[in-house]
Amino acid sequence: MGQQHTQTATQPAAPGLEAVEFEPLSRGALIARGALGAAAVYGAVAAGPLVRRAFAQMGGGDVEILNFALTLEYLESAFYEGALDEVDLSGETREFAQTILDDENEHVAALAKTIKSLGGKAVAAPMAKFPYSDEAAFLELAQTLEDTGVSAYDGAAPAIRSKELLATAGSIVQVEARHAARVRLARNEPPAPNAFDPALSQRQVLKAVQPFVAA
Amino acid sequence: MSDTTTPEDQDTALTRLTRDPLSRRRFFVATGGATAVSALLVACGDDGDSTTMTSSDNTSTTAGMGMSNDAIAQFGKGDIGILNYALTLEYIEDAFYSDVIASGLFKGDQLALIKTFGRDEAAHVAALTQTVRKLGAKPAPKPKTKFPLDDAQSVLELAATVENLGAAAYLGQAPRIKSDEVLAAALSIHAVEGRHAAALNTLTDQSFVPDGAFAKPADAKTVLDSVQPFLVG
Repeated sequence: MGQQHTQTATQPAAPGLEAVEFEPLSRGALIARGALGAAAVYGAVAAGPLVRRAFAQMGGGDVEILNFALTLEYLESAFYEGALDEVDLSGETREFAQTILDDENEHVAALAKTIKSLGGKAVAAPMAKFPYSDEAAFLELAQTLEDTGVSAYDGAAPAIRSKELLATAGSIVQVEARHAARVRLARNEPPAPNAFDPALSQRQVLKAVQPFVAA
Repeated sequence: MSDTTTPEDQDTALTRLTRDPLSRRRFFVATGGATAVSALLVACGDDGDSTTMTSSDNTSTTAGMGMSNDAIAQFGKGDIGILNYALTLEYIEDAFYSDVIASGLFKGDQLALIKTFGRDEAAHVAALTQTVRKLGAKPAPKPKTKFPLDDAQSVLELAATVENLGAAAYLGQAPRIKSDEVLAAALSIHAVEGRHAAALNTLTDQSFVPDGAFAKPADAKTVLDSVQPFLVG
């Protein structure tokens, strides 16, 4: 029911942070947040079951998760498209940035199509703004976005109920990890900074991308 | 573990799992149905050889899945089998990097990178071993291995092959994992294998995203056949 409410009441393209936060927030999403808040108090061990239960209360939790992923992919796509248009990038950087942009656009198309086929409504692209003035700034932001993307998928995937969607999410997250590694190499940063890629909750991800979403 | 790892970073899915070994059975609801799946298959440009886009649990009898199960059955049942299969692959990767480091073929930045990758694989071995034990089962034994270490270039290429295979192997198993905690751990390792693969592909002038926008999974039989040449005895 929460999903139904979300889908039908979604504002026509009023991009902004609200768009990122499942606008308007479904009851299930609110419960999920409550659970994440509780996780902060009780620790990560308690978080898993709580979050899963919260997701279970959203009608069509998979659609919510897919829309969350779609929002991130929209941001990434806008990020690379803007950089290729506006930033003076060296040949090598331009080349891999274009490859990554193409991948992100394919992710956007696949996620939007899947949401529709599940009977849901795909969120609108958020208005994004990125403070990149030169290649170094671009690469630094790219690293943050890609690392966050990996952690966002890894954090959300266990809550996905459909096995098929899980397979696709896995297929996308590996590509995000590859993007992250490529960008990191370009910055002379370790491509794999941890032996275990950390998972982030939706709340943590939203906090990380908030600075890039235009008010 | 790399030098940038912090205690917070180590509070990963896997450490949580080892503190909370009770695995909850994962109920795969074959929801969303055929339309969503076919949309994804189209979107992914899947050519139909995937073994992961099949139906609901590990008793599935579709041809691809059945083959995958046969290959993995030797490692144990259910999640234990998948964990021991992953452990075997990590043992191979760990041994590979140890041999490469000992070979003296690399110096400087490349050696440093190889050492961090080797440390990651060793950490995966330790974590998977511990997880299998916590689940009350016996960890798979370390296989005896031998790798062709002739020159730096061919070794880097072999490393890239092994890492791409490892990433595909985790991706192939993820949808079959029953426990959410084991799944979270596998995904966490999977991303790291993907990072290794992309870095090595870049160093060997191959695409960092060789499958395009959607990474392809590999089933257990394909993976085990591929590593067979490196196993001794």
